[in-house]
Amino acid sequence: MYNCSDLKKGLKLLIDGEPHVIVNYDFTKPGKGQALYKCKLRNMITGSLFDRTYRSGESFEPASLEERDMQYLYQDDSGHVFMDKKSYEQVILTEETLGDDKYFLIDNMDVEILMYGERAIGISLPNFVNLRVTQSDPWVKGDTAAGNNKPATVETGYTLQVPSFVEEGTLIQIDTRTGSYVTRVKE
Amino acid sequence: MVEQNWQLVRKQDTLIKRARIIQQIRAFFIERDFLEVETPHRIPANAPELFIDAVASDNWFLQTSPELCMKRLLAAGYPLLFQICRCWREGERSKTHLPEYTMLEWYRSHCDYHQLMDDCEKLLLHLCPDNVLKWQGKSIDLTPPWPRITVAEAFKLFSPISLETVLETDEFDTTIALKIEPRLPQDKPLFLTEYPVKYASLARKKPADPHVAERFELYIGGIEIANAFSELNDPDEQRQRFQLEESQRRAAGKSSYPTPKPFLNELATLPPAAGIALGVDRLIMLLCDKNEIDEVVTFIPEQL
Repeated sequence: MYNCSDLKKGLKLLIDGEPHVIVNYDFTKPGKGQALYKCKLRNMITGSLFDRTYRSGESFEPASLEERDMQYLYQDDSGHVFMDKKSYEQVILTEETLGDDKYFLIDNMDVEILMYGERAIGISLPNFVNLRVTQSDPWVKGDTAAGNNKPATVETGYTLQVPSFVEEGTLIQIDTRTGSYVTRVKE
Repeated sequence: MVEQNWQLVRKQDTLIKRARIIQQIRAFFIERDFLEVETPHRIPANAPELFIDAVASDNWFLQTSPELCMKRLLAAGYPLLFQICRCWREGERSKTHLPEYTMLEWYRSHCDYHQLMDDCEKLLLHLCPDNVLKWQGKSIDLTPPWPRITVAEAFKLFSPISLETVLETDEFDTTIALKIEPRLPQDKPLFLTEYPVKYASLARKKPADPHVAERFELYIGGIEIANAFSELNDPDEQRQRFQLEESQRRAAGKSSYPTPKPFLNELATLPPAAGIALGVDRLIMLLCDKNEIDEVVTFIPEQL
C-alpha cells in the first residue's frame, strides 16, 4: 500500500478497481494544520481527468501493471506505434494517453509499455533521453554572464530552457521526470 | 568533457541575492538590539504537534523549530533574541515546501503579538525600500499598516461554510487551505489573526475572548510566510495542551513523541513574550521573483 507521502506525479494507483495515474500533484499545508495532497488524476482506461484532495492518513492501492519491453517505431494518424521486442506484436498509444511523454520519444527507442490485461495504457520512460535542438536563437556575442538561459525547441517539438551556449543542432540530455536540461551530449 | 552542472550555474544570480538578503535580515535585528543565538539542531524532544512530523536522528530528533530552546533562553532573562537556522519536517515537499529549510525566528519579552506584526512590516520595508514588491506579475504594496483580518472575519467573508461548522466537523484546515487562502486579497501583505485555541498549541489565549489565541499568520502574495503568537507561559496549561496533541497523534496512528520536560519546567519563569517563525526561503522567493522554492536554494533533495 502507498500512503500520502508516496504521492507524486506519475504514480499509478488503483481507484475503484481501475488504474489511475497522477498527472499533477500539489502538497499544501495551512499553518500548523493538516497536510493536504491535491491530485489531478487520469483514469488510464477511460482517459478522463478529475481532481481529488487527500488528507494525511489515507492509503492507496498500487496499480500493479504488467510492463512489456517494446521499441518505439513511429507516429501515424492513429497515434504512436510500439512493437513488442519478443512477439513483434504492435500496440498504439494515442497522443492523449501519452500526455507530455510524447515529447521524449525517439524512433527505435526502448521503452516499457504498461499493460492492463491485453491493453496498452501507458509508458514508462527512461529517466534521461538525448534529443537534438532544432530551433534556438543564436548565442549573443558578449553574453558571457554565467547562468543565462534561453528557450530551445528539440526534434520532438518540446520547448525548454537551455544555457545560452547551446546551439541549433546540439544533442542535449533531458531529465524526463522534470523535463529540464541536464547537459550537452558529446558525439 | 563533463559540463558544469547547469542547475547550479543558472542559480548564481539568485544565490548572490539570497546571501545579501540574509545579511540584511541579520543587520535589521542587530540594529534593534536583538541577540543572535544558535541552539542545537538535534534535540531529545520537539513540541509535540499533531500535524508536524519530526525527522528522527538516532534516539533524538532534528528540530522542527528552534522554539523550545529559544523560549528557555527568554525564560532565563534574555529579552530580545533571533536565530536563522535549519529546520526539518518529515514529508513536506512542494513548490513552497522543502523537508529541510531555513527558518528565521525572533522573540520579544514584555510585549504581545501586535509588536511582531509591526516588526514584520518594518523588516519587509528594510528589505524592499521602494515599498513595492513585484512578484510573478503581481504588484504588492508594502506601505504599512497591512490589513489585519481575524479568522472569524475571514470565514464570514470568504468561506461557504461557517467557522462554527468547520470546528465541529474538523474541516478547519481544509477550509482555510482550499476556500479561504485562495480568496485572500493579495494587493498588500495580510495578517490573519485570532486562531481558535485548538489550532494554537503554544499560544496564549486572548484575555478578552478566551476562545481564540493571540496567534497570526502573515501572507504575502497568497503565500504563508510567517506564524506568530503571544507565548503561553502557564506550564500546567502547556502540559495539558501537549498531552492533547500527543493523544491526538496516537489516535491518528502516528508515532508518539517524548515530552520536552526541561522546557515545561522552565516555562514558569517565562515573562510575557511573543515569538515568530518566518520561512526564509519563501521570503527569498518573493524578493527574487521566483515561483518555486527550488529556485532559491543551492540544492534540492532530488539533486543530492
